[in-house]
Amino acid sequence: MEVTRTKLADGVYLTYLPARKFKTSLLSAQFVTPIRQETAAAYALLPAVLRRGTVTYPDMGSLSARLDKLYGARIDYTVRKKGENQCVGFVASLIDDSFAPGGEKLLEPVADLLGELVCDPATERGRFVPAYFESEKTNLIDAIRSLINDKRDYADSRLLREMCADEPYGIPRLGDEKSAEKLQLQKLHVQYGQLIATSQLELFYSGSAGRERVERALLSAFSTLPRDNIRDVAAARTHPAREAVHTVTEALDVTQGKLGMGFSCGSSDTAALLMGNTLFGGSSNSKLFLNVREKLSLCYYASSLYHRQKGMITVSSGIEFENYQKAYDEILAQLTAVQNGDLEDWELEGARSTLLNAYASMGDSQGKLENFYLGQAATGQSETPEDLAAQVRGVTPQRIFEAMKTVRLDTVYFLRGKEAAE
Amino acid sequence: MKQSFYERIGESVYREVLPNGLQICVVPKPGYAKSYAFFATRYGGMDTRFCLNGRWLDTPAGIAHYLEHKMFDTKEGNALQELAKNGAEPNAFTSNAMTGYYFDSTEHFEENLKILLSFVSIPYFTGESVAKEQGIIGQEIRMIEDNPDWQIYTRMMKALYQTSTARTSIAGTVESISHITAETLYDCHKAFYTPSNMILTVVGNVDPVHVVDLARRVLPREGGPVIPRDYGTEPEAVAEKETSLAMEVSCPQFLTGFKCRPVKDGEGYLRAAVLGDMACDILLGDSSPLYLRLYDQGLINTSFGGAFEMMPGVAYLYAGGDSKDAHRVTAEIQKEIRRLTAEGIGEDFYQRVRRAAFGSNLRGLNSFENIAVSLTEGYFHGYDPFRFPQVFDSISKEDVLGFLRDNLTEDRMVLSEIVPRET
Repeated sequence: MEVTRTKLADGVYLTYLPARKFKTSLLSAQFVTPIRQETAAAYALLPAVLRRGTVTYPDMGSLSARLDKLYGARIDYTVRKKGENQCVGFVASLIDDSFAPGGEKLLEPVADLLGELVCDPATERGRFVPAYFESEKTNLIDAIRSLINDKRDYADSRLLREMCADEPYGIPRLGDEKSAEKLQLQKLHVQYGQLIATSQLELFYSGSAGRERVERALLSAFSTLPRDNIRDVAAARTHPAREAVHTVTEALDVTQGKLGMGFSCGSSDTAALLMGNTLFGGSSNSKLFLNVREKLSLCYYASSLYHRQKGMITVSSGIEFENYQKAYDEILAQLTAVQNGDLEDWELEGARSTLLNAYASMGDSQGKLENFYLGQAATGQSETPEDLAAQVRGVTPQRIFEAMKTVRLDTVYFLRGKEAAE
Repeated sequence: MKQSFYERIGESVYREVLPNGLQICVVPKPGYAKSYAFFATRYGGMDTRFCLNGRWLDTPAGIAHYLEHKMFDTKEGNALQELAKNGAEPNAFTSNAMTGYYFDSTEHFEENLKILLSFVSIPYFTGESVAKEQGIIGQEIRMIEDNPDWQIYTRMMKALYQTSTARTSIAGTVESISHITAETLYDCHKAFYTPSNMILTVVGNVDPVHVVDLARRVLPREGGPVIPRDYGTEPEAVAEKETSLAMEVSCPQFLTGFKCRPVKDGEGYLRAAVLGDMACDILLGDSSPLYLRLYDQGLINTSFGGAFEMMPGVAYLYAGGDSKDAHRVTAEIQKEIRRLTAEGIGEDFYQRVRRAAFGSNLRGLNSFENIAVSLTEGYFHGYDPFRFPQVFDSISKEDVLGFLRDNLTEDRMVLSEIVPRET
């Protein structure tokens, strides 16, 4: 798989991955910009407003009809956080030309539509259509509020906000409710102009078309994209370790408690921490799964996540309220076990195979590839999954223990029931 | 071994039936790094009452799912770890009418397949290990009980059906699972985990002959008897028209369901599934006039969507999402059904929805899991899912209108709502 990343224009890059094995091609256009409190909600709103209509296809009805005719091509807007950057844009999926029953070419029209969504939105008196703005603003506010509906996501996000309260990493990808409520049509239109002119644009293609054809299609589709004073993407800063553990408890009307724990990592040996995290709680073979769930039956899920850009590990679990202390103690005991090298050979090799399997199979999913390479571009890295696999192969047990010994409890978030609180 | 090539979708399937009755399907996928195996039994959350050795057994709600959890236990330890050691990512799910065990891996595929086939066919439980699982599954049940999507769906099923075991929650309740013992688990395994009640599907860069040989060597020689099941005698009428629950959510959510006429197994089952999906797209899909109008009026957002589902003795179409006015949306849905059945479907609209549906089915073939689950469902219900392009060709506008007229009537409709709890 020969991946290439080429500069198509000032601050415009194309990551091209040829692949013939899929039924579809994937085409993505993402603006990458440092995430900031002042702009997060506005930038999150933009792709939703843009997705409502273009000059040629001025409403959702005509856009849908166009996509249906292109054999159900999909263009979805996306808002993601990669390191301390916000990435907003569109991901298109279209069936491969070879399966179009009429032999039509689909790449060019879909690329054109993508370019139009970005560069030629439907407007009224030189601004976005007010009805589109208002309805998508309401949807954004609803989406921000609805985070509470999934208690696991909600608890995970609350932990991050508490742990990184003074860092861009703590800003939710959609921004917060208060800023969303203050958004104004006129200002949003100005912010739109700034975003598309000054931020880096990452294009991504995976499919059977040759590179030149893809470049031609994209250059033509984005030929009117303004480019001016391109801002650098943000390099994430490591989370500064706290002196004393910060503990937060919240009560909601729920039947299951959620315990989240955030840890800072003092080591910069990312491959060793990645392995250490997999051993700790990163797989169904991990210490947390085998002990907190399987041995003590304290929960259905208990897992950990390594935030490479920030030097952090977070643990997420769902427990009975009264088992708080038991689960808390056990999670820390399992971390200590990894730190002390209290491990069997099969655990170590199992963790390594889990990571290697994940890297090796990434090329089997266009969605995963797009997400991975966007993350790399947004954080200024250029390793391929193969490179990362090679790093994981080279990690010694000693390096894992040393790196994990720098892992310290930083923030605890506990969500409990209202009755239990009274 | 029989090989079929499906030109319109560019796929091949190798099929073989072992002397013990096990169906095997292999879908070669050159160029992929991973291979995927899916081993499934025709046994799920709704199979609680069945006849074994001439005796009718009533088993607790949630037992198929409980059994799924316990199957990973082996005499030597746990199959999850055996597979994970080889970098395989094993997992399993229980649906209403199926339990499936699967993994994907990029290395040691045949060794992993052997582990999968062994642990699923050889039960090993003790009183202690069964009791221990109550805590884990109890937490899983608590987790889904806090999930509004689960609540709204389960409550809709209970409103639609009066007696069918499709009403039964797949995981059961904390109370129902407390009655599960090692003995009942052994009974259920004996009844349903026989090769003749199962299918193995492998998708990936593998040699079909090796897969068949391995299954022949590892699995029991004998098949098993056909197990009669009792899903209840379901009347035509719905159980209740409306159901509502207050939860800690940010905005109201709703699902409206239509109790449709069940369809017999065979090629007609696939046709019914495609027809139901088409009806759903035409009535309320992303590009339907109804969707666009409701979205413009702010009555729905992108969470809105619908689907048509079938399981033994049961078929239903449902739709929903977030809405501040669920009653208004359901009234609009009914109005649109009346309009379509009176005015008919525009030719241009019909043709493009059909095109889009074909593209969406084709896109589904990127997913190994989706391929394996489709082949499994096809086998259990007696049809070939890869013939969907031909089925699309055979469906006309009139068929869709007939479906709307027969199934989406007001008396067949229910509404399930979740509203924010007043604080």
